[in-house]
Amino acid sequence: MHELSVTESILSIASEYAQKSEAKKVTDIHLVIGRLSSIVDDSVQFYWDFVAENTICQGAKLHFNRIAAKLECQDCDFTYEITEMLTPCPKCGGFNTHIISGEEFYLESIEIEKEEFKTL
Amino acid sequence: MSAIRVPVVEKIFNANDQIAHQNRHLMNQNDVFAINIMASPGAGKTSFILQTIKHLQADFKIGVIEGDTAAVTIDSDKVVAAGMPAVQINTGGECHLDATMVSEALTRLPLAELDLVIVENVGNLICPAAFDLGTSINLLIASVPEGDDKPYKYPNIYRGLEVLIINKTDLQPYVQFDMDYFTRGVQLLNPGLTTFPVSCRTGEGIMPWIDWLKAEILRSRQG
Repeated sequence: MHELSVTESILSIASEYAQKSEAKKVTDIHLVIGRLSSIVDDSVQFYWDFVAENTICQGAKLHFNRIAAKLECQDCDFTYEITEMLTPCPKCGGFNTHIISGEEFYLESIEIEKEEFKTL
Repeated sequence: MSAIRVPVVEKIFNANDQIAHQNRHLMNQNDVFAINIMASPGAGKTSFILQTIKHLQADFKIGVIEGDTAAVTIDSDKVVAAGMPAVQINTGGECHLDATMVSEALTRLPLAELDLVIVENVGNLICPAAFDLGTSINLLIASVPEGDDKPYKYPNIYRGLEVLIINKTDLQPYVQFDMDYFTRGVQLLNPGLTTFPVSCRTGEGIMPWIDWLKAEILRSRQG
């Protein structure tokens, strides 16, 4: 359960970019999370409302883009996806594999609202 | 009001990673080799640290950072009793150590006098995996009674390791633990991982680890 520190980091990064962009408020936050990074979406969402309260990110919606965990077999070049459990190559049974995706964990973008300047 | 999309593309652990980088730099400057020891509760972290201290204390000066979720000093007391400086970090219920906590603890150790710093992380197989502390190596202690399915269930922690210790090998005749199945899981995640099967209770298998560590400490000074 390290989701609290994770949620605080998300807030800090989103707020920094919002301020740099002179945002009035942040409406949406897009996260990219690989299936192998042990982050529970629901827990992040749970902490988010508390952590973001009274900040520029209050009320912002979190979007989780989950990236599949994919392995490539080094013996037969077969690429496969793992969902529940880690498994050897389903084609040749080999254990000589290489993880090609699923470890991502970053903040991809934010959507902000800006005060529109009235033309005089 | 107008809605605008702002690209960010920043790793969530960026802030932690930067402090970890500073810790690494500080220890390099002081010629200190550091180990982050992770394991589930009861895998034998403290026994392993005490074994390591026992075999190295004639040649190296060692400091220990103890991470604990509660304000008990049982583990650090054992280390101090072994004659080494120990600093306790009480994480206040947090399930892992992060680079900031370690950076603060490092200020309380006489780094210039030390050769080796051992960081005992909080007993947990999930959270510590995500936080780089800035140590020279990450080490996991798995123990035989925990079962042979752990690499399959907790793949993350096996990914960033430089060393794996399999502790309590003396219990293998008494529990169901398929070493081949366990090792294949590790191989899937971290091919060629340096592994030492040991028993901290009987001392069996400790010396190959000690010899490896001595060589690494000396090698890091030349690098």
